[in-house]
Amino acid sequence: MKHRTFFWFFLPTGFAMFLFIALPIVSVVTQSLFAPHEAVFVEVENCGPFGCTTETTIDQDATRAVRDANPIGRFVGLDIYLDRGHLAINEVREAWATSENWGQFRNALGNLPFYRAMAFTLTYTFFVTPALILLGLLIALAVNAVTQRLKGLVIFFSLLPFTVTPLIGSLVLFWMIDSRGILGNVVSYLAGDPDLSIKASTPLMWAAIIIWGIWHSAPFAFVVFYAGLQTLPKDQLEAAQIDGASRFQQVRFVIIPHLMPLVTFVALIMLMDNFRVFEPIVGFSASAHATSLSWIIFNDMGGETRQLSAAAATSVLTIIGVAFLLSPVLVRTWRDFKVKS
Amino acid sequence: MFLRSLATASALAMISSAAFADGHGCAIDARVSIVGNEFPAIQTVGAGAQSCAGGDVSTNLTADHQEINLAGMQGNPAEYTSAIIANSSIVALMNEDVIRPLDDLVAKHGQDFKKNQLITINGKVMAVAFMANAQHLVYRSDVLAEIGVEPPTTYEDMLTYAQVIRDKGIMEHPVGGAYASGWNLAQEFNNMFLGYGGAFFEAGSANPTVNSEAGIKTLEMMKALSEYMNPDFLTHDSNATNAEFRAGNVALMNMWGSRAATMTDADGVPQEVIDGFAIAGPMTVGGGTTPASTLWWDGWTVAKNVSDAEAEATFLALAHAIRPAILEDDEVAKQAVWLIDGYQPTDAAKGVFAAAQSNTIPYPMLPYMGLMHTALGNELSDFMQGKETAEQALKDVEAAYIAAAKEKGFL
Repeated sequence: MKHRTFFWFFLPTGFAMFLFIALPIVSVVTQSLFAPHEAVFVEVENCGPFGCTTETTIDQDATRAVRDANPIGRFVGLDIYLDRGHLAINEVREAWATSENWGQFRNALGNLPFYRAMAFTLTYTFFVTPALILLGLLIALAVNAVTQRLKGLVIFFSLLPFTVTPLIGSLVLFWMIDSRGILGNVVSYLAGDPDLSIKASTPLMWAAIIIWGIWHSAPFAFVVFYAGLQTLPKDQLEAAQIDGASRFQQVRFVIIPHLMPLVTFVALIMLMDNFRVFEPIVGFSASAHATSLSWIIFNDMGGETRQLSAAAATSVLTIIGVAFLLSPVLVRTWRDFKVKS
Repeated sequence: MFLRSLATASALAMISSAAFADGHGCAIDARVSIVGNEFPAIQTVGAGAQSCAGGDVSTNLTADHQEINLAGMQGNPAEYTSAIIANSSIVALMNEDVIRPLDDLVAKHGQDFKKNQLITINGKVMAVAFMANAQHLVYRSDVLAEIGVEPPTTYEDMLTYAQVIRDKGIMEHPVGGAYASGWNLAQEFNNMFLGYGGAFFEAGSANPTVNSEAGIKTLEMMKALSEYMNPDFLTHDSNATNAEFRAGNVALMNMWGSRAATMTDADGVPQEVIDGFAIAGPMTVGGGTTPASTLWWDGWTVAKNVSDAEAEATFLALAHAIRPAILEDDEVAKQAVWLIDGYQPTDAAKGVFAAAQSNTIPYPMLPYMGLMHTALGNELSDFMQGKETAEQALKDVEAAYIAAAKEKGFL
């Protein structure tokens, strides 16, 4: 393609990307570097239904002058990134100095919101992504083998988890694993411990969320792989059959290599999605056991006093995290691209 | 058949809204837009404002009101001309300076208000309160009669009775508590902490003082109570504890006054729960005299960034919505502990009244209290699960709060 043609062809996309991707990122980075001005307090008398009290409030007139002079706020540089709510540099340094062994250091890290969230987010991402790819592939192979008449019905049911709104799906499971719910009772019966509660145990709660993640996203992998299977060259498969390849060998040496680009694609999308895990934590009311970066952003914005700068800093850290996770896959795509061209 | 009833219903609706529209002497001439929380008493207020004729009155009543009211009032002109708030949430609006003083409007149109309905801050009326709320004891009188005791007045009694109820095999988890990690858990801490005489901050400053003896005692009491709760307590908000009570699994719990009246109204509540349901005032703790609870009011504000005409229309519509005459409807009268002139307490209101009479401390209206509440909600769950000591948990709370308060320019 000529450069000129490419330029005009790409212009609308480029403009949209600038508007919807570049600008918001610039905005969020800016917000994370600035914080609200120091508040000027005054002691005032407040009266209401329960009598009068002397309380502290913000002196709006004094604060307004500072605000108007510099509406963007005060520049704090990387302070917010380094504070306890984010990378917690001082706390980590202190923990490193005072911990006698790895276990203590790990516990101290687990007490800091960012590292606690990362521990769950990464565990979730690296359990769910491979599992859903494998499960999606198995479903696709199974559905492909079903007789033509039943296919539509089977595809419909296999897709259901993906069409259920994530929050609703997690609420359904949340009620089932309640200590009075059906799954909660089955688990406590199997463990022989009537007091066992999934919702009160961190490992079981992690497991429940991971299972939810696989259940919810496997249909996405299934649909992509199923579409890929329709393009499978019949002659190659027949050749393999004539050579005496078993069903497993056909899958291993013909089908999977054919689907490999799609596996990369699904891995890319799902790594990105799973890293931003959010709905199940809210749906399962699991914040006592598991948090994620997205949940921290939600929590910063959802309190009575909103912490915009803190939320912005966590957003930037999320973007960096996603870029880091995707780098191996992106490098691989780039290499393939170079080999081809 | 269905179509006909639909037509009849809509015809009736039109007649009744027309009847409302001409009515009750509420005429406005500008836009009114209200955002607020969603529970029966607030819905009554919203509907009352909508009965005004002459201007467009819209309401957006949702449990997520706190996430939209500030953003919806920061623009100029503001989307919402009024936010219905409580003593905790007015602070966020005051911090950002988005609500206007109401002194002139009160002087002009506020004859029906009682003096104590006016929320004055630094001498200026910033909100008009219409109802009071507090958490207090609700219990099963039949269960307490079975073990032969009066309703507990202290948390120590509550623990003793819970043990008796469990020992007698009446209930396995007799205590209910909205201990869901986050806002609810922090609120239960606040109640107990004030009951032990704790102070959240150094006087006149934003420096935290929760890591104190009162804080440690508070956490130990909460932990002791949680031993008698459903093991899922860290996921139980007040909806879930209500459900536990309705199902007959709980005999003693601390519950919001605004929910007490409708506590046993749901379908399928067993008869013994309906008959045994009873209300008492908030309990004290640790030999103190201040109840381990907080007092709340709900009221409405008027946005700063709207025209004077819209502000006046908003004031008129909302003043109309909380006029004394609304109490003539018995259903409305029992929806809340109204602060409106002429209100006669119903039986369901006695818990909140007891709270107000026994000098319960109002929830603090401090600019930085919201950050403290968030920090408590996030950092206490490790202690409740037995993963760390009370000292460590309170140290974490203070550290989390300090980081947030530094960001917001409070420290």
